[in-house]
Amino acid sequence: MEFASVSLGHYLVVAALLFVIGVAGIFFNRKNILIVLMSIELMLLAVNLNFIAFSHYLGDIHGQVFVFFILTVAAAESAIGLAIIIGAFRAKKSINVDDWRAFHG
Amino acid sequence: MQSSLLWQAASIEIFIFIAACAVMLADLFLSISWRTRLHWAVIASLWVAAAASFAAVGNDPIVALHGFYVADGISNAVKGLILAAAAGSLMFSRHALRVNRIFNGDFLALVLFSVLGMLVIASAAHLLSLYLGLELMSLCLYALIAMRRENTSASEAAIKYFVLGALASGLLLYGISMLYGATGKLNIADIAYAIANLDETNTAIRAVLILGVVFTVTGMGFKLGAAPFHMWLPDVYQGAPAPVTLFIAAAPKIAALAMMLRVLPQALPLFVNDWQQMLMVLALMSLAVGNITAIAQTNLKRMLAYSAIAHSGFIVLGVLSGGGGAALFYVAAYALMTIGGFGVIVFLSIGGRERAELADMRGMAQRNWLVATTVAILMLSMAGVPPFVGFIAKLTVLESVISAGFIWLAVGAVLLSVVGAFYYLRIIRLMFFESAPASDNKAIVLRPSATLLLAAIAILVVWYGLFPGDLLTFFELAASTI
Repeated sequence: MEFASVSLGHYLVVAALLFVIGVAGIFFNRKNILIVLMSIELMLLAVNLNFIAFSHYLGDIHGQVFVFFILTVAAAESAIGLAIIIGAFRAKKSINVDDWRAFHG
Repeated sequence: MQSSLLWQAASIEIFIFIAACAVMLADLFLSISWRTRLHWAVIASLWVAAAASFAAVGNDPIVALHGFYVADGISNAVKGLILAAAAGSLMFSRHALRVNRIFNGDFLALVLFSVLGMLVIASAAHLLSLYLGLELMSLCLYALIAMRRENTSASEAAIKYFVLGALASGLLLYGISMLYGATGKLNIADIAYAIANLDETNTAIRAVLILGVVFTVTGMGFKLGAAPFHMWLPDVYQGAPAPVTLFIAAAPKIAALAMMLRVLPQALPLFVNDWQQMLMVLALMSLAVGNITAIAQTNLKRMLAYSAIAHSGFIVLGVLSGGGGAALFYVAAYALMTIGGFGVIVFLSIGGRERAELADMRGMAQRNWLVATTVAILMLSMAGVPPFVGFIAKLTVLESVISAGFIWLAVGAVLLSVVGAFYYLRIIRLMFFESAPASDNKAIVLRPSATLLLAAIAILVVWYGLFPGDLLTFFELAASTI
């Protein structure tokens, strides 16, 4: 039985959708700052998918090596983001996005 | 062969890395009374490294680590500027750090590690090393802003910077993945070579490349703080503790310029028309948003933040017109003026409360004439009035814009700068022609070191305005040895 093969284009479309969902999650999220962290993670994972698809398609290993670095940095980034949110929560007793609007102009 | 080249190409980075580790260890084992000496040791090592980088500008370019790392004229000049800016901001902030209760080894180590990240950006010849340097810089900056955990406005600034910084990294990475997909290369020189040998008829690859250019320019615009990607900048500058603002306003801008000079003209020379148009929009919007919105501000930190957006417009103009030397000179002048500007805020905050409102500047000429004169010189220089350094910087950038053939762009930039002169001159009026409120009109006495630093900044701004020749030829030389 013949399956329609999954081409590079399919991967790129999925990655682009994930990336857009991540960006939309940052801008349209009005509830919880933790969801913003998840959206950032989703964006980076979409980029990883891009790199892996291109790497496989081009037969070049460098893209996959780049993904390892992105994963590591994303872990460090999440750690710092969570630390900032914990500090902010202690100061204000809230991680609701709407409560963080001290600046205007 | 390779290893000896690495030592030569990255000797300054290795030195800063060792210094950062030494500071962390020293802060663990030494008593609190040593902190002042530790602070001065860090400043001294930054100055030594800056002198070494500037001395290396004329050297032949060295490529090390299999093309990951390059030490050429631009990278050495940018590194010298970053190190000098970091050293200068630390010199200005010592007392204010103590007032803000962040005078500790953590602060110094974070500053050194973020400087290390900026140096890596300056020397990156590969998109992977560029990304790693960028993240090392940004992660340390997020932590620096959030250091005063009990302060809600600093926490809010840190959250905003973190979220939008991560978004910028994501956009930049998406662009990098597109460039990789279209060319199969990650090395900057290889990308340019692959694009030059591209099949002209293959429109799909061209579309992917354009997408990559759009995303990388957007990501770099975020990092530089150019409009329309500027929304994080005023909140961060206002919310962060003043000594941290002083640091993040100067050095990271230089690194962002280095990133632009690496990626756009070196990796994408054949897409010059595409990224030039995007940068034109960025530059004009930055000049408009920065200069017009700054008029409405009542907080000095916030006003300087919008002025920084306007200055980033000029930096972008330098990049798009191919004037690497002009952009370097502009960013050097900007760093000098912004360290002076935020340095004044840092010094005025000594009495325990931050005097960062515009109203606090009223009658400054009677309260402390040196502060008033320095601020007046800085404001005139930022507005681009001769004979100060800001005027020469604007002039060189406009010259390169005109010689690139964009006369209408230069005219627009000048007109928007004239709008900007309004809010700079307003501060001078407040200081010299209005009297201080009766509740707060005592003379302000600065410590001798603060007086000395302010005088030094004022003299430098005037000196390089009158005799810019050496500095200009120096940066032109740096930008030409690639």
